[in-house]
Amino acid sequence: MNVVVDYVGNGVPGSATPGDQPQSGPGRNVGYFDSASAEPLHPAARDSLLAALDSGFADPLGLHRPGRNARLLLDNAREVVAACLNARPDEVVFATSGAAAVHAGVLGLLAGRARISTRLVHSAVEHSSVIQAGAWFARSFAGSTDVVPVDAWGRVSPDAVAAALQSPAGLLAVQSANGEVGTIQPIPSVLEVSGEVPLFVDFAATAGRLELPPGWSAAAAGAHQWGGPAGVGVLLVRKGSRWRPPFPADDRADPRTSGFENVPAILAAAAGLQAAVAEREERNARQRRLVERIRDRVAATVPDVEVFGDPVDRLPHLLSFSCLYVDGEALVGELDRLGFAVASGSACTASTVTPSHVLEAMGALTHGNVRVSLTRDTTVEEVDRFLDVLPGTVARLRERAGVR
Amino acid sequence: MSERQSGSPFAADQEVDCRGMRCPLPIIRLANQIGEVLLGQSLAVVAEDPAARPDVAAWCRMRGHEYVGEDTAPDGVPRYVVRRLV
Repeated sequence: MNVVVDYVGNGVPGSATPGDQPQSGPGRNVGYFDSASAEPLHPAARDSLLAALDSGFADPLGLHRPGRNARLLLDNAREVVAACLNARPDEVVFATSGAAAVHAGVLGLLAGRARISTRLVHSAVEHSSVIQAGAWFARSFAGSTDVVPVDAWGRVSPDAVAAALQSPAGLLAVQSANGEVGTIQPIPSVLEVSGEVPLFVDFAATAGRLELPPGWSAAAAGAHQWGGPAGVGVLLVRKGSRWRPPFPADDRADPRTSGFENVPAILAAAAGLQAAVAEREERNARQRRLVERIRDRVAATVPDVEVFGDPVDRLPHLLSFSCLYVDGEALVGELDRLGFAVASGSACTASTVTPSHVLEAMGALTHGNVRVSLTRDTTVEEVDRFLDVLPGTVARLRERAGVR
Repeated sequence: MSERQSGSPFAADQEVDCRGMRCPLPIIRLANQIGEVLLGQSLAVVAEDPAARPDVAAWCRMRGHEYVGEDTAPDGVPRYVVRRLV
């Protein structure tokens, strides 16, 4: 059997070869709006990946020329990532995914302060990898977790953080921005009240898009959201912070991670991040205009809709809204049939019966949810085609469901 | 301010049985039924679907009704009470 490289005629922007323009119809994408799940590989990342597949295959710890070559590529990637994130190269650790980086960051900081407190305080809208790492630590080491509530926009209040930190805490976890609804968290204000308690920042939603605010003890993100390949995570551990290895030791050089480094993918992730940062001013401005257009048109053309998140202080590329009386899975399916790829935080999707904990924490409508997240080359024409079909699609689903 | 209580302390003029239904069906049933109670009267939705908890309250906010609170039906299934205001 041969390896299959393309099942349905891939219409993802940036991956279509000349003369193979995406068409409408089943399996053809006329609009890929799920970059918050996976941004298509940036051309700079692709070039680096292809080149490094041949030149960076060897063991970077090997005492030979191919090994030294792989080592140079890895060190180069580390320096590039450090420069993009205002960190020192020795603070940069590569992990096998964003979730693995989150786990190592959260658990290592908790382990480092376990003698003072094993209590994790986190916002109600953290990514599940943060919440699950905290729950695992609590089960394994008799720790505890406390959840800081958010407002209707999904923003954590520094006053609520201060209240939660009245009792001793081992770690505070607050994301840089929420990847479901786009609201930016007030990290500088949180730091004013967090005192001695170390801060873990999940910056997956802002990496390559917005500056990482200083003040973290550890921070983590995954490369696939900035246009790098999947399977590469970045963990930052601040020099001098009390971080202890939470997992079995590996004999390789760096105790903060384990396993044989995927040097080509790591180099590609670094190249993708560098390109994303270099382009971000122009790209962010363009995406903000498109998101503003979606916000206005959705509110004007779809009845009984709630648009989420802070309208101003938000991620540039992402918008989430919920349509009353609509089944989220059916809506994603209908839009897919029309060639549009979107995500949904509704229950009855993603093989879960529980709704998005983010929407629930905001007191938002959890069914009929759609998250639109734009790629670096989403065009106004793609957005307009989506906005043209959305109201009719929602109306059809409501009629089918028996809404009077 | 809404409350959560065990038992059925919230009187309701009518009840919609949404046991076994998944989102958004309980909310559609609620919307279709609200016209059957008078202004100021209350309607209870009985549903196991975990999305009903946030969504009944969100529906009240979006449609201008009052979310009274949550209690449980005699069989232990959550029951959400709404007062018709418009």
